[in-house]
Amino acid sequence: MSAVSAGHEHAGRIDGTLNAAALRADTRRQALGFLALLSPGLFLVFAVIIVPVGWLFWLSLFDETGTLSAANYARFFEQASYIKTFMTTFKVAFVVTTACVLLGYPLAYLLSQLPRRAASICLVFVILPFWTSVLVRTYAWLVILQRKGLVNSWLIDHGLISQPLQLANNFTGVVIGMIHIMLPFLVLPLYASMKSIDIDCLRAGMNLGASPAATFRQVFLPLSLPGLASGVVIVFVLCLGFFVTPALMGGGKVIMWAMRMEQAASLYSNWGAGAALGVVLLAVTLSLLGLFRWLLGARAAGVWSSR
Amino acid sequence: MKRKGNVRRAAVVGMVAFSIAGPATAADTITVASWGGTYQEAQTKAFFKPTAEALGITIKEDTTNGLDDVRLQVTGNAVKWDITELGADECARGSKEGLFEKLDYSVIDKSGINPKLVHDDWVGISYTSVVLVYRTDVFGDKGPKTWADFWDVEKFPGRRALSGSQPTETLSVAALAKGIPIDKVYPVDIEGALQSVDKIRNHVDAWWTSGAQAMQLVKDGEVDMASIWNGRAGTLRKEGAPISFSFDQGVLTADCMVIPKGSKNKDIAMKALAKFVSPDLQASLPLYVDNGPANEKAFETGKIPQERIKDINSSPENIGKQVLQDPQFWRDNLVEATEKFNNLIQQ
Repeated sequence: MSAVSAGHEHAGRIDGTLNAAALRADTRRQALGFLALLSPGLFLVFAVIIVPVGWLFWLSLFDETGTLSAANYARFFEQASYIKTFMTTFKVAFVVTTACVLLGYPLAYLLSQLPRRAASICLVFVILPFWTSVLVRTYAWLVILQRKGLVNSWLIDHGLISQPLQLANNFTGVVIGMIHIMLPFLVLPLYASMKSIDIDCLRAGMNLGASPAATFRQVFLPLSLPGLASGVVIVFVLCLGFFVTPALMGGGKVIMWAMRMEQAASLYSNWGAGAALGVVLLAVTLSLLGLFRWLLGARAAGVWSSR
Repeated sequence: MKRKGNVRRAAVVGMVAFSIAGPATAADTITVASWGGTYQEAQTKAFFKPTAEALGITIKEDTTNGLDDVRLQVTGNAVKWDITELGADECARGSKEGLFEKLDYSVIDKSGINPKLVHDDWVGISYTSVVLVYRTDVFGDKGPKTWADFWDVEKFPGRRALSGSQPTETLSVAALAKGIPIDKVYPVDIEGALQSVDKIRNHVDAWWTSGAQAMQLVKDGEVDMASIWNGRAGTLRKEGAPISFSFDQGVLTADCMVIPKGSKNKDIAMKALAKFVSPDLQASLPLYVDNGPANEKAFETGKIPQERIKDINSSPENIGKQVLQDPQFWRDNLVEATEKFNNLIQQ
């Protein structure tokens, strides 16, 4: 490696001055070529993301009479219910993400340690629910969790409880339904990252006298963190904008941000009311992504330097 | 039954004859949007097919989510619909926003329709009632009969559901629960009604957001009593669910129809709308669905069998037992009331 680069440097000192202009022109041509190839994609991103989001932002600045105002944002502070909705949204996202990590990490670990054939069979069970509509799965949970549903009738029949538990139409129901839907989003990136961990690193750890637990904690866990982080980010962000499950399982008591958007669109005659909700969600999501990126960057750098 | 069959056959023959006559020109086709489901199927049979046949036009159908759809089309200059159905309070609000064409009452005969539902740019088309339903397997026939009973959690223990998506209805019901007589509910004392909701809210297990959900809650026994739309309650009864309900202290909410501003077939739409609200076609609606006609002259046509009349919410004998929601009131108070209501019911 060093010999080759030294050779290049050497050659560069002799020929660089002669070919510099030609090389620069070549680089420029190549850059233009890449830009040309990218332009359809860039145009698409501009047309379907940048323009509508900009428009959304623009709309949020106008009140019902069409004059420029901050009324749509001021409402969030005047009406206590918006703060409540905001807190509920984050509470749900936090609980669901935590539960997904606790359930998903051991599952992904198990999958990554199984022989390839068994792992792919088990993976099918993780992916299978993906192919069923969220609506259908949510209704299925309703059937299982409601007052006269499977869980409650089983528990009562076996004399474990005398009064049915309130599992649906509340916070518990929303969280259970959403964990089921979000779990694959955590397991799949985590599994991929665990699969790519070099088994020799673990062997080396053991070889140097670490116990299996210590090897896991000091070698495997840090190496799996980037995959875990991307899973956590995906799940958390998806939770923030979730609509169907809280709307059906929340019994009208668990109101999340996306549900407020739908309400705002029909309640207020200006789009700004709903648009402002969208802008706030987008801003919060982007800052969270930034935060995760920063944390992950620090983490990755830590792993690198400790190596 | 015989008449129904004939109407259907005639409609089919009409459609076939029409399609043989050649493709309709654009001007002969109008698009009507309604709520979909069994309600719209009933409207198709009662209103759309007979009108298409009588006027020699084609009526295309679509479904709507309500006022925001109309707002989107009108403000975006992309009006797809020539006539659309809305809730009466949505009509009142859309009218204030200038979303609809003026109606021509020299074409549309408004006699027989409650003057509260006849306006420059919208007209009543049918009624839905919010009724109190309870499960007879829990209460026998001694269930809650009034909204005050519903609010009485000691005398009538059990799980409850109320509408969370229709604060206008829940606040009307909450006012009745305070003992306000049916003719004094409007104008609603919003603060008083909210206090009433505050009393019951911790005993409400679900605030439903759709008719289907209300039905599911009662049907599966998730709740023992609920506020529900009479059409949904009627379906539950037909399916054999152990339930009881009556029109006593019901809340009558009207639906209305409008011509969205910028409709390209305004004139034909006006003629079609005139047909829809005519006593003759209005009388056909309750033959297919539990939503009562907005035109009271429908009951004088003789088309509705006597034993059916007692089950119709807008029949002369039932209409007096219920509160009629005032769309104009909600036009001016909905936003404020909804925000406060939402705050109250959130966990």
